[in-house]
Amino acid sequence: MQEEMKMIYLAVPLVCLIPAIVAGLFGRKIGRIGAHTVTILGVGLAFFLSCYVYMDVMDGNTFNGTVYVWGISGGFPFEVGFLIDSLTASMMVIVTFVSWMVHIYTIGYMHDDPGYQRFFSYISLFTFSMLMLVMSNNFLQLFFGWEAVGLVSYLLIGFWYTRDTAIYANLKAFLVNRVGDFGFLIGIAAIYATFGSVDYSAVFASAPSLVDETIEIIPGTSWNMMTFICIMLFIGAMGKSAQVPLHVWLPDSMEGPTPISALIHAATMVTAGIFMVARTSPLFELSETALSVVLVIGALTAFFMALLGLVQNDIKRVVAYSTLSQLGYMTVALGASGYAVAIFHLGTHAFFKALLFLGAGSVIIAMHHEQDMRKMGGLRKLMPWTYATAVIGSLALAGIPPFAGFFSKDLIIESVHASTIPGSGFAYVAVLAGVAITAFYSFRLLFMTFHGKPRMDEHTLHHVKESPWVVVVPLVLLAIPSVLAGFMFMEPMAFSNYFEGVIYVSEEHDVLGAIGSIYEGKTGFSLVMAFMLHGMVALPFWLAVGGILLAWLFYIKKPELPGKVVDSVKPLYNVLVNKYGFDDFNQTVFANGTVKIGKFMSEYGDRRLIDGFFVNGTARVVEAFSRFLKPLQSGLVYQYAFAMILGLLGLMTWFLRVAQG
Amino acid sequence: MNHILNMQVATPEIFIFSMACLILMIDLYTHDRLPLLSYWLTQATLVAGIYLGLGGMGTEPVTTFNGMFIHDGMSVVVKLAIMLFTLIGLVYSRQYILDRGMYRGEYYVLVLIAVLGMMVMTSASHFLSLYLGLELLSLSLYTLVAINRDSDTAVEAAMKYFVLGAVASGMLLYGMSLMYGVTGSLDIKTISAAIQGMQSDDVMLMLGLIFIVVGLGFKLGVVPFHMWIPDIYQGAPTSVVLFIATAPKLAAFAMVIRLLVDGFQSIAVNWSDMLVILAVLSMALGNIVAIAQANFKRMLAYSAISHMGYFLLGIISANPNGYSASLFYMIIYAFTGLAAFGLILLMSRSGFEAENISDYRGLNREHPWYAFMIALVMFSMAGLPPTVGFYAKLSVIQALVDVNMISLAVIAVLLAVIGAFYYLRIVKTMYFDAPEAERTITTGLDARVLVSLNAVMLLAVMPWIGTIMDLCMSAIQSMG
Repeated sequence: MQEEMKMIYLAVPLVCLIPAIVAGLFGRKIGRIGAHTVTILGVGLAFFLSCYVYMDVMDGNTFNGTVYVWGISGGFPFEVGFLIDSLTASMMVIVTFVSWMVHIYTIGYMHDDPGYQRFFSYISLFTFSMLMLVMSNNFLQLFFGWEAVGLVSYLLIGFWYTRDTAIYANLKAFLVNRVGDFGFLIGIAAIYATFGSVDYSAVFASAPSLVDETIEIIPGTSWNMMTFICIMLFIGAMGKSAQVPLHVWLPDSMEGPTPISALIHAATMVTAGIFMVARTSPLFELSETALSVVLVIGALTAFFMALLGLVQNDIKRVVAYSTLSQLGYMTVALGASGYAVAIFHLGTHAFFKALLFLGAGSVIIAMHHEQDMRKMGGLRKLMPWTYATAVIGSLALAGIPPFAGFFSKDLIIESVHASTIPGSGFAYVAVLAGVAITAFYSFRLLFMTFHGKPRMDEHTLHHVKESPWVVVVPLVLLAIPSVLAGFMFMEPMAFSNYFEGVIYVSEEHDVLGAIGSIYEGKTGFSLVMAFMLHGMVALPFWLAVGGILLAWLFYIKKPELPGKVVDSVKPLYNVLVNKYGFDDFNQTVFANGTVKIGKFMSEYGDRRLIDGFFVNGTARVVEAFSRFLKPLQSGLVYQYAFAMILGLLGLMTWFLRVAQG
Repeated sequence: MNHILNMQVATPEIFIFSMACLILMIDLYTHDRLPLLSYWLTQATLVAGIYLGLGGMGTEPVTTFNGMFIHDGMSVVVKLAIMLFTLIGLVYSRQYILDRGMYRGEYYVLVLIAVLGMMVMTSASHFLSLYLGLELLSLSLYTLVAINRDSDTAVEAAMKYFVLGAVASGMLLYGMSLMYGVTGSLDIKTISAAIQGMQSDDVMLMLGLIFIVVGLGFKLGVVPFHMWIPDIYQGAPTSVVLFIATAPKLAAFAMVIRLLVDGFQSIAVNWSDMLVILAVLSMALGNIVAIAQANFKRMLAYSAISHMGYFLLGIISANPNGYSASLFYMIIYAFTGLAAFGLILLMSRSGFEAENISDYRGLNREHPWYAFMIALVMFSMAGLPPTVGFYAKLSVIQALVDVNMISLAVIAVLLAVIGAFYYLRIVKTMYFDAPEAERTITTGLDARVLVSLNAVMLLAVMPWIGTIMDLCMSAIQSMG
């Protein structure tokens, strides 16, 4: 049985990898239909196998072991291994499901694109990478998946590689992720240095006994090793999960085709950081400092990125900023030690965010690739399916019961409220404010796009029609979990032993236990009802409703209001439009500064010193020697014999006179 | 086991000697009617010799002929390599020899006698048998260089080789006679026992050692006893150079082992110091002067000089590990040289010697496969991974590092970098320069296939590198 399950575990990533290779290398031979058939079948199979694995894990069968030893160097094994538990299984189901929906949707969205096969190859490869990341049982393979995901996202953001903006965006994503990865790699190295292993189980088992280890980075100051490791790992998470200040790549990455925005920049890749922190909870729990850092960074992201969502006019960018903000919520949950809630929100968010992105994509198709919301409006009647699913997505995002987002977001807010970690007070305010803003901008999007009078030109309006079924079906399939996932999984994920032995929370940080005690004795439906009723009378719900009403006032009732408000707070508005100046700062200081240093080094360090003096200089000296020595071979035999005699004399002199003293 | 007369262990030598005489006779009567008969007979002799040699694998060391002849693991491996490489070399050169009117029975008989000489050298455990083998080899080679007696350059080369060889033989003999004076014996084992405990302040011993090292230096062709190499390589017919550049190198290895290791291991400190000087000079001069050469064969001559320097590195480390690395280096070098000269022969045709580097311009456009083969050979010679040449250099340098001679190892690596230049220049010439003249390949299919196999093996044997190294190690360890 164990062996069979091992084969299934192995099959899940491979059925994604093999079609990716087939579609990538033989795309031209198998054609468009061939390419999408193999990849969709592969990922679909991966989804069903993941579900099977999930069921199996729910029956209590977990697995932790090596499947392949790639190499051993200096006694250090490089292994491919799987750790299959409730966390992994949940991630596998989420990843493969969203990816499968995106695959199907892509048939419609990329219909006319010349890079059709390449696209399918990339997204399958991406799914493979993400699966390797979540299924890993050691930090090294985690890093492999991490980098593979980064690579494929680079390829996908720059998918339309003839556009300058796309190239700029993918380079930016790649470079910013490098910063995070640098920290991550240091973190892994520190783990290896401290524990002598990169295996999760070995590291986590010995972590509590090494809690007092210290490290001297700057001589004379000693840092707690756990804090150091956790902060370094978290820097990695900040890059991948786009936390302030490494968030700058995510909005730009909307240059890629919409399906990958849904897949990579909403549902799966950016959640890698969240997943990683949850996975390493036994380490984070040992350092309150690190948790505090996580909490504050998350709160900053949640609040300030939400604000930026208010001023965007590009439909995809609004969704992108909402992603940033929601990732902030997940990070806040991690910081408050509510790892289970973070994963819960990760799951619900994956569904409704993919839904929103794909909905936005559906609108974009109908509008002939126009993405500016100011040129939309009134699409409600023309695209009923897209509209209905967008409403569900928006309600879920805004956190209105009984939609999925309500449960997970409310739990996060409650967790922060219950937390006593330094910074939790600030975080509580930030996430509360974020709720209202989120509700406002998500309904702003809904109202501007689907309600009011059509603002596009006659020609476009005339051609607007509901998208084909390959687009609509994934929307509907994603809408279902966006409604149901919340109350179906709240109790098992947050208030049961679902993550027992997987996620570790120390006694004093057990916020979920504290929340759970309010609902003591209630299970199943009554727990859900009690939670909803409690939520309805609490502040976050009314803030969300307030946000929605305000959006209605601004964009339906009195459309002239936004302009007036903007005029009255012009300086603030400009700050938001300029995204707090992060981009300008990075461009001026880091990008231009690096280019200047690089140019200097290239000219003086490389071209003059290394190339000019060392390399060519050496070559010239050698050549001169060569020319000097060549005539010694005169062709005259007595000179040759003389050379031999000289050699003999030389040896005799040296060894009989000089060496003898 | 010490037999007065044990013919059995010398079966391959006896067989080859008999066949050489037989072929000489047969050729006298059949040369006009069956011109290729002596070629096939020679090849058959070598095949049978290899078969007989294989029979001696894995047996205990045996001395025979009154202690003149030793049969041990090292001698078996080296002899097999000598016969195999000679056989392959003859396949490559058949067409060349035919085209240039050098096809006489003597050619093959001389080759067989040279092989016999090398085998005697390899198994020598006495100064006299060693010298006998050496002269048997040398005299055959002098004649082979001059086999094309109408060619001025060949005759000149043969003359030079002969004169310098005579000087070197004289020095070697003088060294041996001094050793006899010191120890009162010519038997290597007896000498080894007699000099135990002697120090470097014994002038006679040191003088004898220096003369012997000079004799060895000439045979190996290390600086400053290398002067004959470039002229012979350039002047002699390519087929003969192919022979000189491969099998005799292995015999020279055996000679080094017999004299320095079997004979003078107790004064290893002294000869090791001498070899350091010769090795550094060879690596430096060989690699640097090769850069200035326009003639491919001459360039390979300097390359050979530098390779002998690298080969000495393993000997210098003066332990079984190092000797085994040197044996490995020599086998790999000879095998690579076989492919190099084989390809030159392949490119040559009647009336055209492909011996200038400029003859290889743009070869890739007409004959991409052979250009690739030559590139492989060059990579292997330069020691680029993953070709076998890399492992050869790695093993000798590793041997140095193991005995903490780090600075010598660094010098060796730096000079290898300089050496890489001229090998890679050939590759550049073939791939990036414009072709000048039409080239047709007239060589037979057997040689083409074999030379391709030879070159591809430089890359393809990589998974079995460990096996070959183990073979060398066991050969050294089973020395009597």
